[in-house]
Amino acid sequence: MGTGTWKVKTGLAQMLKGGVIMDVVSVEHAKIAQEAGACAVMALERVPADIRAAGGVARMADPTVIEAIMKAVSIPVMAKCRIGHFVEAQALEALGVDFIDESEVLTPADESHHVWKHDFKVPFVCGCRDLGEALRRIGEGAAMIRTKGEAGSGNIVEAVRHMRAVTDSIRKLANTPQGELMAQAKEMRAPFELVAEVHKAGKLPVVNFAAGGVATPADAALMMQLGADGVFVGSGIFKSSNPEVRAKAIVEATTHFQDPKIIAEVSKNLGEAMPGLDMKQIPTEELLASRGW
Amino acid sequence: MKIGVLAAQGAFVEHIDMLRQLKVDTLPVRLPRELAGLDGLIIPGGESTSISKLMLTYNLMTEVKNLAQSGLPIFGTCAGMILLAIQILDSDVAPLGVMEITVSRNAFGRQRESFETELSIPVLGEKPFPAVFIRAPVIKQVNGKAEILAKLADGTAVAARQGKLLVSAFHPELTSDLRFHRYFLDIVSGSRESGG
Repeated sequence: MGTGTWKVKTGLAQMLKGGVIMDVVSVEHAKIAQEAGACAVMALERVPADIRAAGGVARMADPTVIEAIMKAVSIPVMAKCRIGHFVEAQALEALGVDFIDESEVLTPADESHHVWKHDFKVPFVCGCRDLGEALRRIGEGAAMIRTKGEAGSGNIVEAVRHMRAVTDSIRKLANTPQGELMAQAKEMRAPFELVAEVHKAGKLPVVNFAAGGVATPADAALMMQLGADGVFVGSGIFKSSNPEVRAKAIVEATTHFQDPKIIAEVSKNLGEAMPGLDMKQIPTEELLASRGW
Repeated sequence: MKIGVLAAQGAFVEHIDMLRQLKVDTLPVRLPRELAGLDGLIIPGGESTSISKLMLTYNLMTEVKNLAQSGLPIFGTCAGMILLAIQILDSDVAPLGVMEITVSRNAFGRQRESFETELSIPVLGEKPFPAVFIRAPVIKQVNGKAEILAKLADGTAVAARQGKLLVSAFHPELTSDLRFHRYFLDIVSGSRESGG
């Protein structure tokens, strides 16, 4: 009987597909998310928009908050550790969280190395901006990938850029002759075996969600039509004027992403979306997506 | 033969892929009108709360329940098993309530307790079945007409059948073993009138 196997790790990610994973900072939020139909929650101390506003060093959440949320809901609970902070990851595993997000939203602890995720029994999700970055994280043991987007911005443009970058590269790789795969691996700085696997399968070996800037039902459906397996919503729900209604609308738009009538219907009377940021308003050194490699 | 796969949320694509390997016409079901003309339905793994809420909002609960009661073959894996049960312990999820089993959700614990094992399933032949349990439920009690098809070494019931309804707590769709799906198709075509 095997626990923590690759099959079991990637299998949980497969069960989350077609669903919405919502950032929550309290038991009350977590219950709203579950009631709205979220397939999992991300337990945090602050949503990315508040982390961005607060500045300073952002770390793993207080375990008290995470445990309270784990007790309050029956859906899977995820939590974030800093990039490369394998001890925060060990602590989160000891708490029994269902998934760890090694996240650029928190301040990186290591500028050279991400966590060696094969050492853990709990699965990890990691952000990426392109296929090379996705395959480096999978090589380190990530059982699920998401776009980085730009967390806390309320602007979908970066998530779209990253999702298109990944799917374009997959399409190209699928049509690359066998003899050119090694050069491709060198160019995208990715493990050769994984490059060869993507070439053969024409898709990523793990589930790929969209994240970083989803604020409306149409944003969620856009990412799904661009090929995402599901959606993370960070600040987009609880920074809006009516979280209960917006959360449910984003869940429905994610399921019915190919049905414009339903998307139009669920987009009615949602109140104010979270305030958004133009990318030009964010100083380069404050871009979260450029954290990690 | 046409088999629908409920596509509200979860691992429905994996079921569709398996049915295609078995040369069966298949389509995802998100709305009641997509249930028309089906010979069978699969309710996949995923989050049972999420799936049940989407089913309620889009009027699939009543429709699927009526079809089950009028004899439509349905195969539920993991969350699908939970939704088919007449009773779910410690949960406010409202199930379809068509199969006479009582289930317990997340019965092994959290993700770190998820596991894979080789399972003996007599109706599928001697070769053990690769069973993947992900935050899995179990069957606590079988009432009336339902019969158990597989048990773990400690006696925990993890697969069952009641007439044309079939459930497993694990995920055949995450493996390359097609036997469980073939068994369901035999139920649909009427060549397996009872368990065994």
